[in-house]
Amino acid sequence: MSIMNVNPTRMELRRLKLRLKTAVRGHKLLKDKSDEMIRRFMIYVRENRALRQEVEKELSFALKDFMLARAVSSDAAIEEAIALPSVKAELETSTVNVMSVNVPSFTAVESGTKELYPYSFASVTSELDLSISTLSGLLGKMLRLAEIEKTCNMLADEIEKNKRRVNALEYVMIPQLEETIKYITMKLDENERSATIRLMKVKSMIAVRDGQTES
Amino acid sequence: MHNRIAVVGDKDSVLAFKAIGLEVYPTLDENDAKDVIKRLARDYKVIFITDKIACSIDATLKKYKSRPYPVIVPIPSAEGSNGFGMQGIKSDIEKAIGSDILFSREDN
Repeated sequence: MSIMNVNPTRMELRRLKLRLKTAVRGHKLLKDKSDEMIRRFMIYVRENRALRQEVEKELSFALKDFMLARAVSSDAAIEEAIALPSVKAELETSTVNVMSVNVPSFTAVESGTKELYPYSFASVTSELDLSISTLSGLLGKMLRLAEIEKTCNMLADEIEKNKRRVNALEYVMIPQLEETIKYITMKLDENERSATIRLMKVKSMIAVRDGQTES
Repeated sequence: MHNRIAVVGDKDSVLAFKAIGLEVYPTLDENDAKDVIKRLARDYKVIFITDKIACSIDATLKKYKSRPYPVIVPIPSAEGSNGFGMQGIKSDIEKAIGSDILFSREDN
């Protein structure tokens, strides 16, 4: 690791020591943050995976039912049946702070009539009813999945970024500072020694000269 | 403020969502889907997209990954899941931890 390009003065030494202190403290904090983020990430990602498996399974069933319904009735009949849905799915959205990452959070807002089926039961088959009721039951889970999947995405991003910061501090910044401080200390010591030697030398020269003039 | 939810995908898969009050945008191919996503990303907070299409426009979806909204979620299409959603979770884990140590054992 190379040393920084600085003047070996006491002022610079003091400044670098302060910087080192900040860097070490920052490194510790970031490392703690990273640990906690990974712990949370594990929790979220487990839930994410379980939820996704569940949603994918149930959604596939519901869509298969829907396909079946389409196969039994004519396309036009189905499209007419659901052309004007009686319910409206709406969201209230906000962001939540998880380890200084702003992740989305939302709650579904119920609206429209209580009647889920916008068609008369006479016009289509029961598969459609089944598929629609499963789907509407699934919507809550799907939204939770959306929320948690995004959280995982963003946490993973942040963990990666944080890791880079920790590594930069640990393997570049801190060794560099330590080495520069060592260099300055050595240089200062060296200067001090040479000053002492010079004084001793001058003193002996004076003593020799005084001895000569006295005799 | 209230926000609507959008569903993007092939017509067979997304029509069902219309019945439960989501906004449905059937798409035909990749380019169509890209345009639709770009347009919807401005107005919708949550967009569900069938994994078959999500898979083909992965690069476009990556752009939206790092901000809180819109949330774009792959869902299985009528033909069933192709594993794209699970792949996303796996890549998240790999990004955060370095390797998929959590679930690699359970899958085998």
